[in-house]
Amino acid sequence: MLHAFAILLCLQLTGEALVRATDSPLPGPVIGLALLFVWLVARIPLPQATHETADGILKHLSLLFVPAGVGVVQQLPLLGAEGWKLAAIILVSIALSLAATAITFAAIAKFMQIDSEAPEGKRR
Amino acid sequence: MIDFVDLWVYLSGSPLLWLTVTLAGYIAADAISAACGRHPLANPVLISVVFISVVLVLSKTAFPNYFAGAQFIHFLLGPATVALAVPLYRHLPEVKRMFVPMIAALIVGSIISITSAVLLAKWLGLSKVATLALAPKSATAAIAMGVAEQIQGNPALTAVVVIMTGISGAIIVTPLMNALRLKNYAARGFAAGLVSHGIGTARAFQVNPLAGTFAGIALGLNGVLTAILVPLLLPWLLG
Repeated sequence: MLHAFAILLCLQLTGEALVRATDSPLPGPVIGLALLFVWLVARIPLPQATHETADGILKHLSLLFVPAGVGVVQQLPLLGAEGWKLAAIILVSIALSLAATAITFAAIAKFMQIDSEAPEGKRR
Repeated sequence: MIDFVDLWVYLSGSPLLWLTVTLAGYIAADAISAACGRHPLANPVLISVVFISVVLVLSKTAFPNYFAGAQFIHFLLGPATVALAVPLYRHLPEVKRMFVPMIAALIVGSIISITSAVLLAKWLGLSKVATLALAPKSATAAIAMGVAEQIQGNPALTAVVVIMTGISGAIIVTPLMNALRLKNYAARGFAAGLVSHGIGTARAFQVNPLAGTFAGIALGLNGVLTAILVPLLLPWLLG
């Protein structure tokens, strides 16, 4: 657990350093994600608890957004008179993009006959 | 007798109080969410945020005081993002198999997310600063705020729009996908992560580990694509 957490922090730190060094638009943790992925694919040994530690953090991913969410409530006056229009646009826009993304994905997977989620009785 | 004013002065000055309130608030919200059978409206982020905000107002606590404690939780977003590599690696065979649908859905979803928001804002006559905040709304907060700076928008307002997008997407994704009769959990998770970044990914992990994995991939890919597309599409959409 301790070693695994240290690995996660080291990779994030490396990511942050690479971002500063290369002026990359990506956040450091996303680079860290890529580094850990390469590490796993290369099958370089990792502390045993890495998988459990990662699962443990991700299980409560929602918790980690709470402080930022509270910050947003404080900033709501920034929206001013446009708040309702802004909220309506967000709702319509996300409904359209959620539907378009999922339908594109599912339709192409079905066309390629790789949609493993199909219940039994359907061809793979 | 304990002097409650002294006790309050002491506690409110230390990070321990607000760290504890954040954790306890989330545990209660998560229990409510579980008791509601993980109903999408009982979103644990939304419940905790409302609860803590009410406590802050009632106790007249300023946000910087709150954040002095809550920052320890906020900080974990970094290692959690790195940790997303683990489920990604674990589901690598499915991810490889779904490569073509994923890339197609990424391009379609990212373009629709940006253009629909900007065109609706233009149609409803929104101010320039609000329109600019809407453009990168589906990227993860750190990327969206960087894009906002680049296009001369307001990063703070952008962060508000990003979190609103995250929470509302996490709430509507399940009923919307059910209404569309989509049973492909890779597709459902991918859409949740693409549109609602980390908060959508958290929701997807709550529903199904495969959905969570694809949400995590979409969060990363769409963060990058939004950073590329917004500066390219914006002059054209606003012109």
